[in-house]
Amino acid sequence: MSVVSEYRLLLRPKWLAAWRRASSARSRLGRIVLLGALGAAAWPVVYLTLVRFLAALRQVEDIGPLLASRLLALGLLIFFGLLLLSNVIGALSGFFLARDLPALRATPVDGLSIYLARLTETLVSSSWMVLLILIPVLAAYARVFDAGVVFLPISLGALIPFLLIPAALGSAFTLLLVRVFPARRSRDILLVAGLGGIAVLVLVLRVLRPERLVNPESYRNLVEFLESLRGPSSPWLPSQWTADALVGGLEGGSDFLTWLLLWSTAAGLTTLGAALHGRLYPTCFTRAQEGDEQRVRRSGGTALLERLLSRLAVRRRELVLKDIRTFFRDTTQWSQLIILAVLVVVYVYNMSALPLNAGTTISRYLTTLVLFLNLALTGFVVAAIAGRFVFPAFSLEGRTLWLLRSSPVEAGEVLKSKFWTGLLPLGFLALILTVLTNLVLDVPPVLFGLSIVSIVLITASFTAQALAWGVYFPVFESENAAQIPTSIGGLLYMLGALASLGLVVLCQGWALRDYFISGLPGRAPRSVAISEAVVALALTFGLTMIGVFGSLWAAEARIESRRSG
Amino acid sequence: MIELVSLTKRYGEFVAVDALSLSVPEGRITGLLGPNGAGKTTTLRMIAGILEPDSGEVRIGGLDMAREPLATRSMLGFVPDRPFVYEKLTGGELLRFTAGLHGMSGSVVETRIDELLELWDLVSWKDQLVESYSHGMRQKLILSSALVHAPRVLVIDEPMVGLDPRSARILKDLLREFADRGGTVLVSTHTLELAEVLCDQMAIIDHGQIAVAGTMADLRRAAESSEAGLEQLFLRITRGATDLRIASLLDALG
Repeated sequence: MSVVSEYRLLLRPKWLAAWRRASSARSRLGRIVLLGALGAAAWPVVYLTLVRFLAALRQVEDIGPLLASRLLALGLLIFFGLLLLSNVIGALSGFFLARDLPALRATPVDGLSIYLARLTETLVSSSWMVLLILIPVLAAYARVFDAGVVFLPISLGALIPFLLIPAALGSAFTLLLVRVFPARRSRDILLVAGLGGIAVLVLVLRVLRPERLVNPESYRNLVEFLESLRGPSSPWLPSQWTADALVGGLEGGSDFLTWLLLWSTAAGLTTLGAALHGRLYPTCFTRAQEGDEQRVRRSGGTALLERLLSRLAVRRRELVLKDIRTFFRDTTQWSQLIILAVLVVVYVYNMSALPLNAGTTISRYLTTLVLFLNLALTGFVVAAIAGRFVFPAFSLEGRTLWLLRSSPVEAGEVLKSKFWTGLLPLGFLALILTVLTNLVLDVPPVLFGLSIVSIVLITASFTAQALAWGVYFPVFESENAAQIPTSIGGLLYMLGALASLGLVVLCQGWALRDYFISGLPGRAPRSVAISEAVVALALTFGLTMIGVFGSLWAAEARIESRRSG
Repeated sequence: MIELVSLTKRYGEFVAVDALSLSVPEGRITGLLGPNGAGKTTTLRMIAGILEPDSGEVRIGGLDMAREPLATRSMLGFVPDRPFVYEKLTGGELLRFTAGLHGMSGSVVETRIDELLELWDLVSWKDQLVESYSHGMRQKLILSSALVHAPRVLVIDEPMVGLDPRSARILKDLLREFADRGGTVLVSTHTLELAEVLCDQMAIIDHGQIAVAGTMADLRRAAESSEAGLEQLFLRITRGATDLRIASLLDALG
């Protein structure tokens, strides 16, 4: 059989599995809702916002188009970094940890076919989300710079090597890494290092304040501004070549050398990857089967945790202990706490950087508005974190569900354990965010108290909702907990959580409307009346409790119905 | 001890278990035999409370599983056909967790954990994460987790999967002793030699129904063969004689 036939044959089960997952009844319903929501909201919002922004930029003589191209290069550079990391992790799963590999290795299939098939899988699974985001971005560029239909093949021609280069590079790097470390340890090291890298990148970007790029007045002179436009990009990076190729397409002329660089690098790296694979893969695959030291030593933290939980009933204590242990021993789980810590710092920093409290009427009104919006923003952050950590909780039980189901434990008990294990750290985080930002914004006491109680209630509601959506849309076959929230169920949860957050914010806005109006110019400013805060709190309490008990009830009913499934 | 009354389970159009009735007495080892897809695993999963039947009853110790699920499950120790457990727990933690699910903790559980791990030669693996265990070690760990809370009934789907000869021998002795002390054992297996040596009585399931149940003598009577071994009886009852087909297949393969 030729390499091409083998390649197609190897990919066929993956296509079939993906197709059948997509066409099963529940997925179809979920997909329709999801695509409808995305189509109605995300793409047009990104597209229209960018069109307005780029159109405004284009009008700035000389600098405008340069600025737009620099922003594209900066965006592609960030995507390139993310793609590289995501491809390295994806290649570890695809080339070394996938369950079908032992059977595949026992067949007389050409090594090149396996390499190409796994490279394609790694590329697709690592790049689809970046591609989805790039579609409205490039469409906006095409619209503002009047590029016409010809920009479509140009984009395709530039994006294919842009996605292929990190896939080939990531796969080759993974191969070399596994030669040094066993596969499981490599993934752990990479995840922590990669996430630490992203965290540093986010902090650096935040401190550099890239928003100043679109505000030339904040620079002392034009030379300094133009200097800053050079940004962190480099002529040696494929993201810069891709940006150059795309900008060339927008302006109606392309540099042959750019295209040559892009495609020859992609082809060269793929060829080099195939050669490395042919030479090293058998040895590396054998190494990947080896584990590292897995002995767990009893630490002071474990003893303290057990003492803290000793007052709980045995069943609940063991369920909570099991959830905490499995969380902190799974690198794909806890390592993302690094990102969380960075998010908190960036969030509080942003609040402190706002030009508020300048003493004018407008700034006083803005302060009131911002501390109210703070609730919505903190809620958004908590919703996203609950999606990442609580949504996968049920899916992670996966193949071990038999143990819980055959034990004398009610579904409600399991859910309550997962609810509290999720709520306590999330509530703590939400409280830190709210208290710190309230202190930075110098919030009056009544609103301070209201926002603290509200965020705890909202967090409880999100925790229960994430748990329930996770029960309704479980992903049992995933090897990586971080991938579970990117499923349809995860996205549906986010939409539901944000809708419920919007409802709470609207109700609080309605209850506190007179107070807000009193802050407008020309009105007599006053404090929040206790009665207003009580009404706002009562509405929040009612809505969030519906979220908590409704979600837990639905989740319990679903688990029970799975027994008859 | 276990009573199955007209148990039925469908997956869409497919009837996996069809009005199955069976009685598993106390103090005996009962083997559930049958061809692939006959409904053995589905039946055992209904007994363990993992699946709910579409109709019919599961009674354990005189209690109806549908009405008193927690009380019936607390009498059971279940071992599934595939040994999936929490990879990020150690062997010791997994056994403590299982005991905890049954509301047990303290020194009694710790002693029992140590005894069970010693029985299987797993003491040095007690503090190792389960993800580093071999297939056979996982099977031994799951067998231990089914025993750690001192159940009255053991339900085991394919007990010998992955076990080395020494461990297989230990398990046989363990099950015999468990039954002799009044415990109830229901095992599903494809290993007919094991069933013949180990089980006091057998039930052969085919197309979701019990084709025949009883001792070896009862099976021989049903198959109208006074001398036949279990394999011949099994093939006759499940109409599985395939000598002719194997020969023609090998001819075709050259």
